[in-house]
Amino acid sequence: MKIHEFQAKQLLAPYGLVAPEGSVAITPHEAGEIARRLGGPVVVKAQIHAGGRQKAGGIHHVDASGSAEGVASRLLGRKLVTAQTGAHGEKVKRLLIESAVAATRELHIALLIDSSSGELMLIGSAKGGADIEEQAARGEIRVNQLRLGAGTEPHRYEIAAFIAGLGLEGALHEQGCALVDGLRRAFLELDASLIEINPLAVTEEGTLVALDVKMVLDDNAMFRHPDLAVLRDDEEVSDIELHAQLHQLNYVQLDGNIGLVANGAGLGLATLDMVVAAKGRPANFMDIRTTAKSLDIAQGFKLLLDNPATKAILINVHGGGMQPCDTIAEGLGIAVRRSGRSLPLVVRLAGNNADFARSRLKNFGCAIVDCPDMWTAAAKAVAIAAKGA
Amino acid sequence: MAVFLDRDTRVVCQGMTGWAGTHHVARMMEYGTQVVGGVTPGKGGRSHLNLPIYDRVAQARAQTGANASIVFVPPANAAAAMLEAIEAEMPLVVAVTERVPTLDMVRVKDALKGSRTTLVGANSQGILVPGIGKLGVMATGSERPGGIGIVSRSASLTSEVVAQITAVGLGQSTTVGVGGDPIHGIGMRDCLDLLLKDADTEGVVLIGEIGGTEEEEVADYIAGLKPSKPIVALIVGREAPPERRMGHAGALTLGGRGDAAGKVKALEAAGVLIAPSAHLVGETIRQALAGRG
Repeated sequence: MKIHEFQAKQLLAPYGLVAPEGSVAITPHEAGEIARRLGGPVVVKAQIHAGGRQKAGGIHHVDASGSAEGVASRLLGRKLVTAQTGAHGEKVKRLLIESAVAATRELHIALLIDSSSGELMLIGSAKGGADIEEQAARGEIRVNQLRLGAGTEPHRYEIAAFIAGLGLEGALHEQGCALVDGLRRAFLELDASLIEINPLAVTEEGTLVALDVKMVLDDNAMFRHPDLAVLRDDEEVSDIELHAQLHQLNYVQLDGNIGLVANGAGLGLATLDMVVAAKGRPANFMDIRTTAKSLDIAQGFKLLLDNPATKAILINVHGGGMQPCDTIAEGLGIAVRRSGRSLPLVVRLAGNNADFARSRLKNFGCAIVDCPDMWTAAAKAVAIAAKGA
Repeated sequence: MAVFLDRDTRVVCQGMTGWAGTHHVARMMEYGTQVVGGVTPGKGGRSHLNLPIYDRVAQARAQTGANASIVFVPPANAAAAMLEAIEAEMPLVVAVTERVPTLDMVRVKDALKGSRTTLVGANSQGILVPGIGKLGVMATGSERPGGIGIVSRSASLTSEVVAQITAVGLGQSTTVGVGGDPIHGIGMRDCLDLLLKDADTEGVVLIGEIGGTEEEEVADYIAGLKPSKPIVALIVGREAPPERRMGHAGALTLGGRGDAAGKVKALEAAGVLIAPSAHLVGETIRQALAGRG
């Protein structure tokens, strides 16, 4: 679960993170009020769940004579497309207005879970900023890594050496060590999967200030953090995708004309690859989780039937021990009966209860194009969609 | 002898008295797996599916001589169940539970270091050794004893590939799902290593997908080995839309790895045959074996 910059800064403050003074505005008027209260130059920052805001025009410096209100009115309600949002962008609903901080140096530090070792990992670079990925790829900056095991030990000596390696000395070194220790505790206590501070500024006064924070919390752990679950802001996830999630389905909207359904993410990805290889254009990706019941699955098929761009639906199911084919057939039958729209249904059923599923579909009165294997099914769906387009 | 599971494997089930445990343990026993007991804290002394229930894994292990455990405990307590099995020095633990908190799995990984336990999963469909037994939740019927080992990140694709391998006239030695979550027990590389050393395995199929770096690690491992058995890989997700990202840290640690094209390139360079499409995996391994014979 991604959370916003202002939420992350608030969550991490009790753990010793220092951020510039500021507040959140949801109207241009509020933005102006906050800027006046802060006095002096401010930064107006769009709050969306993605990086790359600076380059996309989502962050503006406003000096004392400028109008934060004017900047805010141009940003609020606008869709911001950044390198990390995908083509559809994200709508700006909130702005963080902060006092501008003059940095003498900018660093990058992050805590994450390294999937290769299965350990917590601290990464850091003596130079931070928006271009850090490109600079690292060109070999212009070095990204130091330190593995922290399960993160339950403080690792004081290793972290002290790591912070020294970022060029922080004296009082700044102490602050750096304390910050990392706080972030480590926060990471474990809040069930984070990422905390990234970029840039971490060294101010003229000799303090460390987090100018930007990105934080991701573990969806699977939210059952033990009801207080954090309310930070969820799913508006950048489409209503359709959200509806699908509620019914144990993973749904991603695409822009083609063939609706795809498979059970399991792996088979779903394989189906998507085959449709593209057969020169077809998928209208969506949909994977049915093993926990979905037939009524959940019916909701998923409804999404596909309701998409006006869809000309054919390809159903690729390999029934497993946890979800036999007939459960999915029942979901399809219910959705088709409820829907007023009849689309060609290209079906490939194999594995657990495949024959029973076919007889269920017959009983529901579903006319299907029954295919013996998944390549035949993909090719057939592509041909039918091309004719219908 | 097959990998992980043989006729001497004696299984206890953690969380057997729940719906999933009850259902799947019954299927495992029908398939011929030797299940010797269950563990549910607070229900020790009862009997379920005509098997004794114990409060603790260590008790169950001492009383029944179990050498493997399968975990069906719900997400909130799944890690505690795995940790208990590790502490009881259970040699093999298969965790089926989906949606275990990631930091719980980090703690389990930490406990595995220097332990006597091999963990498969979590979020794994388990292990199937055709004709011998199954320690998992996969459907059976299209498998056949034979010489192809399968290591997979996807349960549904494993069933698909098992059926294809049987359809081209071959069979399977062992199939294992490493689990669908980013942090899991044994990885693809170590499973492959076991299969390459297994006398019953003549060839290996790897089923990978976008994300993570396990396939790249397999490629690094094979490149130095020059294995004598053919290895075929299927990598799915070539056409998947890019994920919405958050920040730079992920990209900085991956160093450009993780996408399908990179995985295919790394595996090809290491001498692995890439199945051109998901429907051609059986045919690709058949040709690879025929070419060697």
